[in-house]
Amino acid sequence: MAVTKETLDRLATPKPERARWLQATLDFTRQRPLGAIGAAIILVMAVVGLSAEWLAPYDALQTDYGAMLAAPSGAHWLGTDAYGRDVFSRVIFGSRTALIVGLGASIIGATLGALIGVASAFFGGRIDLVVQRIMDVLISFPLIILALAVVAILGTGVQNVILAIAIPMIPRCARVVRSSALAVREMPYVDAARAAGFTDARIVLRHMLPNVTAPYLIMLTAFLGQAILLEASLSFLGLGVQEPVAAWGLMLRGAAVEFAETAPWMAIFPGLAISLAVFGFNLFGDSLRDALDPRLRTQ
Amino acid sequence: MKQLARVLAFAVAAVLSLPGLVQAQRNGGELVFPVPSEPPSYDGHREETFGLIHPIAPFYNTLLRVDPNDKGGTKPYPSIAESWKESDGGRTYTFKIRSGVKFHDGSDLTARDVKASYDKIIFPAPGVGSTRKGQYAVVEKIEAPDRSTVVFRLKQPSGSFIASLLSPYNFIYKADILAKDPNWYEKNIMGSGPFTFVEHVKGSHVVGKKNANYWDKGKPYLDGFRAIFIRSSAAQVAAVRGERAHIQFRGFTPADRDNLKSALGNKITVQESAWDCILLVAINHEQKPFDDKRVRRALTLALDRHQASESLSKIAIVKSVAGVQVPGTPFATPPGELNKLAGYWTDINKSRAEARRLLKEAGVPEGFQFTFKNRGIPMPYEPLGVWMIDQWRQVGLNVKQEVIEPAAYFGVIRKGDYQAAMDFQCGYIVEPDLDMYKFLSADRNPANYGRYKDPVLDALYDKQSGETNVEKRKQIIRQFEKRLLDEEAHYLMTLQWHRIIPHSSKVKGWTVTPSHYLNNTLDTVWLEQ
Repeated sequence: MAVTKETLDRLATPKPERARWLQATLDFTRQRPLGAIGAAIILVMAVVGLSAEWLAPYDALQTDYGAMLAAPSGAHWLGTDAYGRDVFSRVIFGSRTALIVGLGASIIGATLGALIGVASAFFGGRIDLVVQRIMDVLISFPLIILALAVVAILGTGVQNVILAIAIPMIPRCARVVRSSALAVREMPYVDAARAAGFTDARIVLRHMLPNVTAPYLIMLTAFLGQAILLEASLSFLGLGVQEPVAAWGLMLRGAAVEFAETAPWMAIFPGLAISLAVFGFNLFGDSLRDALDPRLRTQ
Repeated sequence: MKQLARVLAFAVAAVLSLPGLVQAQRNGGELVFPVPSEPPSYDGHREETFGLIHPIAPFYNTLLRVDPNDKGGTKPYPSIAESWKESDGGRTYTFKIRSGVKFHDGSDLTARDVKASYDKIIFPAPGVGSTRKGQYAVVEKIEAPDRSTVVFRLKQPSGSFIASLLSPYNFIYKADILAKDPNWYEKNIMGSGPFTFVEHVKGSHVVGKKNANYWDKGKPYLDGFRAIFIRSSAAQVAAVRGERAHIQFRGFTPADRDNLKSALGNKITVQESAWDCILLVAINHEQKPFDDKRVRRALTLALDRHQASESLSKIAIVKSVAGVQVPGTPFATPPGELNKLAGYWTDINKSRAEARRLLKEAGVPEGFQFTFKNRGIPMPYEPLGVWMIDQWRQVGLNVKQEVIEPAAYFGVIRKGDYQAAMDFQCGYIVEPDLDMYKFLSADRNPANYGRYKDPVLDALYDKQSGETNVEKRKQIIRQFEKRLLDEEAHYLMTLQWHRIIPHSSKVKGWTVTPSHYLNNTLDTVWLEQ
């Protein structure tokens, strides 16, 4: 079969970046449909969170004491709460709070964890020993307990909740990333970088960190679902985001408990939103792990 | 003949229905009640929480008490003092102490014990805690000329002195014990009350058993009581609903009441009353722009109290629109007059327009942001916080709420580390001196968290306190109220609490009052069947 000039040109020309992403997305969707469903849920949540002002029929903070505890209807699709606030609008705005807290806490927790893990692996010896024992202590506390302790010290509010959730995630990510970084440390290019006289910081940040991206991304997505759940738990306990901010966990407490029998919609819809978001992130996280894990990639 | 039969039938029916009308008290049984918080110590003289009163008051007597059948909770009633008289133009009060009263250790309770207890309350030695010392500033000295007489000499006549002696916290302690260790009662219990102390298991319960030698013969009716500490209100409701507890003396929400009533029907009796508690907004006068009274007035003008009274009372333990006195009580301002004060107008649009005008005049920009600190207790702090933030939004203020854990709350507020914060005022008896003391200048009352000094307000307080003519006193109280809530808007009133006690219908002999500190001696309480 003769090879034409056009074919050679086409093969020699790299695929445009957009086409590669599209192909990768299609491949991911075909190979891991559950992960694609998770990604779709996340995408919807992100779009809803970003465009809450346009999508929500009411201001999430606007009370209407004439419509307190109203059942779902044409005027209020998901009913109203004890202050007459529209539950649908608060669920929509709540997705923004969940994303801010979830993304904020996961990015901070996973990034700091990755840095500590790589540095600990790179330096080894006593530094590694001390850092890992500190991580052992932190990891021995269940997530919620450590988050509660942090909130008790820092106080409530969105920023403090992000920190409270991020801190317990640091040791978990550090532990996983360190194990990958230990292998990376032995790579010839790291030795070469050392021989070339690069600083420790440059070796860690430029040569080792990029090579532990896979475990980092896996931990990040796994943390997202946990962070949303933790935020909801803290808010439910009255220690997270505070009224009148729209947040799913917050919508489940107080009057929602008191009026659970007479106005169940107050708890059902934010509860469903939490479940769906965590489900989505977990599905996507699991599939991403499978896709990025070389041992599972061929299966 | 027919008529005679009718008369006879009526007579029989009347006799049969008598037990239903006047039931004889039944002896026996253990009253079980949840208490939402635990006593910090056992010393009533130093504590100020119902967490002490509910489980500990049954072990003690006080000099006087509020009539246990008075729903208004203001009528003085004999206790250790069987009678009293006023002389010397209201400067001397002489109390006759009942004979035959014994402490639980078998010793006699005499005038000496009463004097020692009140000396500890009014003139505490250094290092001895006495929270209500300031309420007795009018007392010059206390004398016990003999075993059965106690004399209080006042610096000047006081319209509220007898009311101040009705405090359920003023337990009578044994003089000999106080002489050895004035702090002994912080960690020990030994009184003369209708019940003797059995045990306190921290975090679990307090148990008391009937005092067989109680001076009020025939009482108490109960064999004992068990106060169980349950913090969660859902668990308290569940305990009453499951008939594992008879009553909770602090109060439940309207939703809890409705749930219990629908679940238990006639097995539940509901008693309700206005509650001598109100949440206030303390405005820090030391922080700009709140040092400007126009801004403070705007904050109060933004609140639609009348609409809130109607709507929030469905979901929270609040109800009436109130001034400085519990509505419906003798010194309370009638609604028509109260509605003339800023923030109480019935036309909310006019009120909010005035609020916006004042904010503009004070140079506060549209969307001005400030933080409102609230106490981390759900009911009724949370609904009122949400309501106020929404009301302030409607006059262009952007308010962020910061909820502080209850144990840390007053530390923050006392330091003045806030712009506006929720504060509260709860009284054991509705009495202007006791209810308005809170609003005196900060140098006279450290519990004034608004951090202001207002000599005019102080002078009005003193003037009403010394006024024995009720009508004249009312007029001075009106002036005080107008200055506090309208002209200066030092503090913002929210809504008067509403006390709802749904209890087992088996519980008899207990009457709700406007204070959750009253009627907890349990000597008159009995259990049916």
